[in-house]
Amino acid sequence: MQALYAQLLVGLINGSFYALLSLGLAVIFGMLNIINFAHGALYMMGAFVAYFLLNLFGINYWWALILSPVIVGGFGIILERTMLQWLTGLDHLYGLLLTFGLALIIQGVFQNYFGSSGLPYAIPDILKGGVNLGFMYLPIYRGWVVIFSLVVCIATWYTIERTRLGAYLRAATENPTLVRAFGINVPRMITLTYGLGVGLAALAGVLSAPINQVRPLMGADLIIVVFAVVVIGGMGSIMGSIITGFALGVIEGLTKYFYPEASNTVVFVLMVLVLLVKPTGLTGRAN
Amino acid sequence: MTTITDNAVPATGRSTTDEMVAFIIMAALLAAVPLTGLYPYFVMQALCFALFACAFNLLIGYSGLLSFGHAMFLGTAGYVTAHALKVWGVSPEIGIILGVVGACALSVLTGLIAIRRQGIYFAMITLALSQLLFFIYLQTPFTHGEDGIQGIPQGMMFGFLDLSNTTTLYYVVLAIFLLAFLLIYRAINSPFGEVLKSIRENEQRAISLGYKTDQYKFLAFVLSGSLAGLAGAVKVFVAQNASLTDVHWTMSGEVVLMTLVGGLGTVFGPVVGAFVIIAMQQYLAGFGQWVTVIQGAIFVICVLTFRRGVIGEIAHFFKRSL
Repeated sequence: MQALYAQLLVGLINGSFYALLSLGLAVIFGMLNIINFAHGALYMMGAFVAYFLLNLFGINYWWALILSPVIVGGFGIILERTMLQWLTGLDHLYGLLLTFGLALIIQGVFQNYFGSSGLPYAIPDILKGGVNLGFMYLPIYRGWVVIFSLVVCIATWYTIERTRLGAYLRAATENPTLVRAFGINVPRMITLTYGLGVGLAALAGVLSAPINQVRPLMGADLIIVVFAVVVIGGMGSIMGSIITGFALGVIEGLTKYFYPEASNTVVFVLMVLVLLVKPTGLTGRAN
Repeated sequence: MTTITDNAVPATGRSTTDEMVAFIIMAALLAAVPLTGLYPYFVMQALCFALFACAFNLLIGYSGLLSFGHAMFLGTAGYVTAHALKVWGVSPEIGIILGVVGACALSVLTGLIAIRRQGIYFAMITLALSQLLFFIYLQTPFTHGEDGIQGIPQGMMFGFLDLSNTTTLYYVVLAIFLLAFLLIYRAINSPFGEVLKSIRENEQRAISLGYKTDQYKFLAFVLSGSLAGLAGAVKVFVAQNASLTDVHWTMSGEVVLMTLVGGLGTVFGPVVGAFVIIAMQQYLAGFGQWVTVIQGAIFVICVLTFRRGVIGEIAHFFKRSL
């Protein structure tokens, strides 16, 4: 049973990353109509920025949790201003291709300087060790990752669905021209939204740095699983991507326990099954 | 909504004479390669990728569907052909047929799932399916995992064409490429191709005209997947191995890049794009990981400033259709 709980925990942690990443993708897709293929690369950058902050400047994990999303988010804003904004009005596919190119560039540069091996990032002292829950031993850091990302996900959901700013955001997604007529700076809102989505990816990167090592390709294969999560969830709602993200992480964890051979493929198999029954995904709207 | 190939469509109407002249020039140039000092294996490899890119372009350029998992057809056919040649000991022509049949069956299965969504969802689904297949090939014994299938015998095609002779192999590869190219050309200039283009321009309109657009898209997908499989099967004879690289999603990205560089929705663009990218990989190999960075930069530059691609720009400049 110990092993089952351990795999469930691993599943929940992976689910946190899926949820944070697919949430960022959904936010960006809502405003920019772009599937951000560079999301995995930006997640990797988030982890690397945390690594640099610690090893070059001695800035600890807690500051990295704030600074890394801000720095990488700022980088995202530069990308949006200099490149992505020129694609408005073109087919969605150009956004996919452009961000794919950006992902290749970012990953290639990091691979050049750091090879493909992993760099260690220490768990902060307070989160070291674990607690015995009676039925299992819980490493504190892992519990922290799950709870912290849940809080971030729900905060993002609240901002978008329940605040005035979120209302503008949703309105601008529906009808940018009308919202602009009300005196709201829509292009700036689009830029900031991209920054926010990228910041969420970077945050996931910082969270994962102590668990998975910091590697240039850490986002490359993850992003395809996240795409499958997005297809299953349908990207129709913010809550949908959060729930789907966590749920698929758990399902993956369970598969690892009961039938390890299929653990790499279970998300994709689920995607096929969901698409056969409901082509728009679980929470998706027809397009 | 503008479609992805708007920029590539020439200003004037299509003229098939331009395209036929260009085809004859291309065929003559390629046929003369063994007489020149060019390394034949480089050209053969480029021809396989050119066929792969043409098959891919049939889907995106003429029906507006971006498949981001096309490597699965290339790689699957490669594995089937390699396995048939090495383990079952079949003759080359049977090996190629089996490879194409394998890719065709796979494209039927994946097409049934993917064709139900459009645009970026279609791209993501095909990508996820190809990754699913990548993991399957990583684990099944017949592919030999990371090692791939190596040392494949080239054999005698039709009993008299010795494929271990480089010149013979070159002309066989060239003949297959040219025939497949003509098949694709015929398909896009047929009523079937016209319907595909109308779906690309405006699917709702095509539906209201009474076309069952899903069936047309499905057929295009299967045709494209099978031809990509043909490229993969022929590639086995050139490379003499079948490995995981051909199924990995980076390969799917490369074929998108080839088509984009050459010109989406142009007849000759994918061929030029494939030669450019393969040459680049060959001659920039010394730069290591910077090749990836350069490829990424080309992607970005193409999307931002050069959406017509090489052939698209030339065709636009001379107001010809190529």
